[in-house]
Amino acid sequence: MLSRFPFILVAACALSLLLFTAPSLLAQPRSPTPPVGGPVSADQLLQQLPQIRGRVAIPVPRASVLIQPRGRSWRVFHEATLPWIGGIAIIGMLVVLAVFYLWRGRLRVRSGFSGVAILRFAAFERFVHWLTAVSFVILALTGLNITFGKWVLLPLMGNQAFSALTIWGKYAHNFFAWPFMLGVILIFIIWIKDNLPNKVDANWLRKGGGLLGGGDPPAERFNAGQKIIFWAAVLGGVVLSLSGLTLLFPFSVAAIDGMQTADLVHAVLAQLMIAVFLAHIYIGTLGMEGAFDAMGTGEVDLNWAKQHHDLWLEEEQAKAKSPDLGSRAAPAG
Amino acid sequence: MARMKFLCDADRCIECNACVTACKNANEVPWGINRRRVITINDGKPGERSISMACMHCTDPPCKAVCPVDCFYQTDDGVVLHSKDLCIGCGYCFYACPFGAPQYPRTSNFGSRGKMDKCTYCSGGPEADLSTAEFIKYGANRLAQGKLPLCAEMCSTKALLAGDGEIIVQIYKERVVKRGYGSGAWGWKTAYNETIAT
Ligand code: HEM
Ligand code: SF4
Ligand code: SF4
Repeated sequence: MLSRFPFILVAACALSLLLFTAPSLLAQPRSPTPPVGGPVSADQLLQQLPQIRGRVAIPVPRASVLIQPRGRSWRVFHEATLPWIGGIAIIGMLVVLAVFYLWRGRLRVRSGFSGVAILRFAAFERFVHWLTAVSFVILALTGLNITFGKWVLLPLMGNQAFSALTIWGKYAHNFFAWPFMLGVILIFIIWIKDNLPNKVDANWLRKGGGLLGGGDPPAERFNAGQKIIFWAAVLGGVVLSLSGLTLLFPFSVAAIDGMQTADLVHAVLAQLMIAVFLAHIYIGTLGMEGAFDAMGTGEVDLNWAKQHHDLWLEEEQAKAKSPDLGSRAAPAG
Repeated sequence: MARMKFLCDADRCIECNACVTACKNANEVPWGINRRRVITINDGKPGERSISMACMHCTDPPCKAVCPVDCFYQTDDGVVLHSKDLCIGCGYCFYACPFGAPQYPRTSNFGSRGKMDKCTYCSGGPEADLSTAEFIKYGANRLAQGKLPLCAEMCSTKALLAGDGEIIVQIYKERVVKRGYGSGAWGWKTAYNETIAT
């Protein structure tokens, strides 16, 4: 009895083996088992979402993006759209200013210099202006080098020298960003009260600021054109600062698409601002006689003030006469 | 001349990370730099796939186009390389790269990210082939020795294929026919503007 037991076991095993494997042996050729969840492909995923993300063992969130085709669009922006926008804005502005100069020449003080000077900008105001202006110019030149340098300077300098220049430019851009941001904040604080738009500005704008002829319209401390420059500096400066800081601390506040957008905003706005401030630089130096002194020595000629900022001059003269000023200077109580 | 490409067969990749380890070892890649990584999509759900990704050595590479100091070049084999001597660490190549390939030694970087590092297709850089300087800056130059990138050579399931684009496509197509399905060549449309009918 006992000796037959192993035989039964073997027979049972053989039978079950046959039973279980026979169907698969019969079903030749084998049909493929599709993977669980059906087919997955990059094209199909990219039709649903702009990028493919997954899980990755590396503890760096940006490493979990598998494919982001938007990089290719950003490349088109950076290599085609941006240079065109910037190039047209900046070169266009230079052409406009050149044509204006040839047409109108330098805007003169019509009744000549009186020889009497009046204080227009105090030392601190001039300090704030130049702090912002110097850092703006450095940021603009080093920034433009990032965008256009490889087409303009690289062929002239060669790879080694251009790389060395650009890395120093980049350090300068990183560090001069801080005085610029401080300057924008201070400009806002000290000049906001003189830059709120009012009816005088509407009239000034209607008359084209006298730039196209027809006499100088009345203006307060800042005319409408200067107010536009003020708001361009403040609002543009804030957006440039925010986008610039995003770029300066990469991936700390934005993911890859945010970084691309930050660069897009920063670069386009920077180049438009450069164009706007070329006009500001022109009118403050070559374009208008007597204007530079306001930010140079801080004092302007009385006749210049009468011509360009008559309402402000009246106010200043009234203030100088009023006993108010004396009482303010006296120690209180 | 061969046009070198990578192709990852996601239906074979088992996320063992052998390619990642092979790359780190062959090139002595510093800590924190990941020239190759494995990403799992639909993790734990139906349709889960893992894909090993590094630089795809794109046709008309976006990284090369956006570099402000123009430090990239593409070899006759289609491999995209760059000069660490010229790189200023601006990070633009990472913004443009569809595959997250460029890596930087410093991540939070007030001044600079440092010199960009990425997959070289195991073929070094602008320095003389197989020189010490080349190895220190760019890692191994297996191509100069007649070998393919170590990641693909060591892939345990042969999911990751490296070599002449036409040959690896052929291998992949045969696989798809045999097994009856395939999830396509990941990233090929974006990198080479090419799709593989499966
Ligand atoms: C306010 C603070 C600012 C900060 C924090 C800042 C920061 C940056 C950073 C980090 C970059 C990326 C470049 C690189 O890393 O190599 C950049 C690019 C650039 N910046 Fe600024 N920036 C500031 C202000 C300005 C200003 C005032 C201008 C010009 C008027 C300017 C013009 C540019 C330009 C043109 C680029 C190149 C953009 C490109 O080609 O993509 N930036 N900036
Ligand atoms: S994968 Fe990225 S780094 Fe590699 S060639 Fe393409 S764009 Fe350049
Ligand atoms: S990080 Fe280096 S390689 Fe990349 S775009 Fe900037 S300079 Fe070129």
